[in-house]
Amino acid sequence: MLSKREKKLIAEIWEKLTPVAEDIGSDALLRMFASFPGTKTYFSHLDISARSTHLLSHGKKIVLAIAEGAKDISQLTVTLAPLQTLHAYQLRIDPSNFKLFSHCMLVTLACHMGDDFTPVAHAAMDKYLSAFAAVLAEKYR
Amino acid sequence: MVKFTEKERSTIRAIWEKVNIDEVGPDALARVLIVYPWTERYFGTFGDIFTASAVLNNDKVRAHGKVVLKALDEAVKNVDNIKKTYAYLSRLHYEVFHVDPDNFRLLADCITIAIACKVKSALDPQVQATWKKFLSAVVDAMNSQYY
Repeated sequence: MLSKREKKLIAEIWEKLTPVAEDIGSDALLRMFASFPGTKTYFSHLDISARSTHLLSHGKKIVLAIAEGAKDISQLTVTLAPLQTLHAYQLRIDPSNFKLFSHCMLVTLACHMGDDFTPVAHAAMDKYLSAFAAVLAEKYR
Repeated sequence: MVKFTEKERSTIRAIWEKVNIDEVGPDALARVLIVYPWTERYFGTFGDIFTASAVLNNDKVRAHGKVVLKALDEAVKNVDNIKKTYAYLSRLHYEVFHVDPDNFRLLADCITIAIACKVKSALDPQVQATWKKFLSAVVDAMNSQYY
């Protein structure tokens, strides 16, 4: 459950990160691939080495989707409807991987924001990313 | 048993050298209590830990955070023998404190994030992966005496 203040904080953070979506997204993905090598199995058709075009564009896509959702968290199911379908019927990524990516995104944010990634921001972000992942997995079964 | 290469050992030591236990310990424990509020159940004697600001101003949280990170120092010093080093702590947390071992994983994640806030780019993806391998061994060791 996100409070009004938390929703506002999340929206602010992601608005600030949108201009560097590529860097944030690719960093989180790289961390996930390094810490959880099994996640690489979903990307065998792409070049996911550091700074590769695929990695940068994919990272950007993911961050922009997360940022879009953050603009109105109460409407997540509506905003994510197309992505729900994509993940459920086409990508079919095991949803347990969303947790792994979320953790790596939190580490990326911590490294990027330093002390500004306060425990309160951390808690709000963890809740938001969990909600995002849950909505993304809704159409799976 | 988990085996660490010489490179991994030096990576773990290098990150640990950058960690101020008196800063990161309290921050990590505060994060656990704030991000995962159900963990409050284990700290009944700590007084008010029911809001973020109460947690951040709580002296007992601060003191205990330091205790926890000092124990992690033992693991860094005994990286090839973490299970044996932590057997006592594992028994203690199971038999005396009755801690659900899933919480060790949560604490490990918060320690990583607390360190990341301080060292920033020094915790690059490869370093993070090595650090995670180390913390996973610590979490396993904390689970080892549960039966």
